[in-house]
Amino acid sequence: MEDLKEIIKNYVINEYLEPDSDPIDYDTPLISGGIVDSFSMVSLKRFLENKYNIQIPDDQATPEAFDSVNKIAELVKRFVKA
Amino acid sequence: MTHFGNYEDRVKNFSWSISEEELGYKPGQVINIGWYCSDRICQQGKADKVALIWEGFTGEKKVFTYNDIRLYSNTFAKFLTDLGIKAGERICLFMDRVPELYIGFLGILKAGAIVQPLFSAFGEESLFVRLENAETSAIFTQRKHVSKVRKIRDKLPHLKHIIIVDYDGRAPLQEREVAFSMEKERVEHYEIYPTQAETPSVLHYTSGTTGMPKGVKHVHYSLISQYLTAKWVLDLHDDDIYWCTADPGWVTGTSYGIIGPFSLGVTQCVLDSGFSAEAWYRFIEKNRVTVWYSAPTAIRSLMKAGDEIIKKFDLSSLRYLASVGEPLNPEAVNWSIRVFGKPFHDTYWQTETGCIVITNFPGMPVKPGSMGRPFPGITAVILNPNNHEPYPEPGRIGLIGLKPGWPSMMRTYWNNEEAYKNKFRNGWYLTGDRARMDRDGYIWFVGRDDDVINTGGHLVSPFEVESALLEHPAVAESAVVSKPDPINMEVVKAFVTVKPGFTASKDLELDIMNFIRKKLSPLAMPQEIEFVDSLPKTRSGKIMRRILHAREWGEEIGDTSTLENE
Repeated sequence: MEDLKEIIKNYVINEYLEPDSDPIDYDTPLISGGIVDSFSMVSLKRFLENKYNIQIPDDQATPEAFDSVNKIAELVKRFVKA
Repeated sequence: MTHFGNYEDRVKNFSWSISEEELGYKPGQVINIGWYCSDRICQQGKADKVALIWEGFTGEKKVFTYNDIRLYSNTFAKFLTDLGIKAGERICLFMDRVPELYIGFLGILKAGAIVQPLFSAFGEESLFVRLENAETSAIFTQRKHVSKVRKIRDKLPHLKHIIIVDYDGRAPLQEREVAFSMEKERVEHYEIYPTQAETPSVLHYTSGTTGMPKGVKHVHYSLISQYLTAKWVLDLHDDDIYWCTADPGWVTGTSYGIIGPFSLGVTQCVLDSGFSAEAWYRFIEKNRVTVWYSAPTAIRSLMKAGDEIIKKFDLSSLRYLASVGEPLNPEAVNWSIRVFGKPFHDTYWQTETGCIVITNFPGMPVKPGSMGRPFPGITAVILNPNNHEPYPEPGRIGLIGLKPGWPSMMRTYWNNEEAYKNKFRNGWYLTGDRARMDRDGYIWFVGRDDDVINTGGHLVSPFEVESALLEHPAVAESAVVSKPDPINMEVVKAFVTVKPGFTASKDLELDIMNFIRKKLSPLAMPQEIEFVDSLPKTRSGKIMRRILHAREWGEEIGDTSTLENE
């Protein structure tokens, strides 16, 4: 689980944060904090689906479910297990 | 009681002088939007009234009175004057929805310079083409966005000053950079630049089908339209708490997120946060928002979040709801009646019109799915696309044409008079939208008349995305069209052929998506990329987007006689 969180966190840092941005942790609000907007969320979802070979249904890919590394990891875990 | 009253009476007795008189403006006098939105309100005895309630995503809150707005906009203006900025120079605001964005907007206008607001999610290429085109002299930005400016500054010789509004001293300032802290100094007296009605005020960039983005030039006289439409269409009263969810990087966020409410002396609130249904409802409850101006994409996202969540909040303060950006579907209107007890009123306008031109008015029956009726003083017709003459009878589908001449009509496209002239036919301004008018004079949107993609209320040029795609090392050819989307109405879809040595894959798709997101903006990022062996072309080699578009929308493909491989 820690690996999963670290992978998601690093992806967010590398893809969505500018170099001078404040650091993030597993609970930093990503969507409501304006780090990842609703359009960019599509690419984050696509990354997770490619990386873990899963399909996240659109109705579960909500701003709330993507709002932190912890929440995303929970979501991914459900589909990886299933 | 609404400000607007009876439609027929308003149309019959209408003159823009109503607005001039209420604002105390006489033709030929100085008219400066910065002054009208701050000093004038203070002179009316409202210096201590709250102008802006700002909340960040962490819950941090700041409150500014009209006197604060007056003083801090003076601070901005003085800072620019001290830097040597002259009237008419373009000053960019490239920031999230922080207080400096709203107050800086007024300060730049007070200094006589032209404000160029740009959406802070823009990537470096989108930022570059707009700053280059405007020959922008200075840019206000935040630490988190300055790296994008640094990447392009060497290609921008006109950009003399990069002003960081939240500099914390942790890293040294770089070439051309200067720190500015709005709240460090309250400037009591500033000699506001004596702008006239036709003095340029705001330069908003918009996308077209072909060519690069165009700078829409507005003038200080636009205030006359923005004031009256904010009052009559949004029905803003003195005791209202108003929330416009639009970002001032786009025209709604300036016309109705700054100029309209501040010129009326209304209290408005701003939430600098990404979307979440819970955060939005909580914000309305906490601030007792009465008038809410939002967008269909947001409304559909709230619908998706469900009705149960609404029951957790007291939203009884809401009095009037309006929407802008793209057609508001009837389901969204009916949903808002069901859950809020009142409808969202659709408003239609464009960056070029500067103000609302067609709407469902307060106090009048809303026809769900309709854009509404023209604002008094605006002549809107449905034009026959063949001869650009208005259809005499209702029900015909044609082009929405507007008779030019209202105060906030754009004055030109920046450095592109030819494109500006191209927007007019037979004395009508062509909006680029198709619609029909019913027997009651309500107008119903049908679709765009060009290839421009309206995604979440923002226009994206397929040409701009295609050009950027070709810069990706794997892309040989590309065609960009819209595809239907239940939340954003349309999203960007790209068809791509890959160069030899590259293989189409899911990872390549993601790589290209991220490439466009960073280069242009998240809005322009294709939400889907379809790899194809070849693209449909005419015999002369022009890519036929309309065939791909028709396929995405399940429409008839139409005439294919010019298709290369037919």
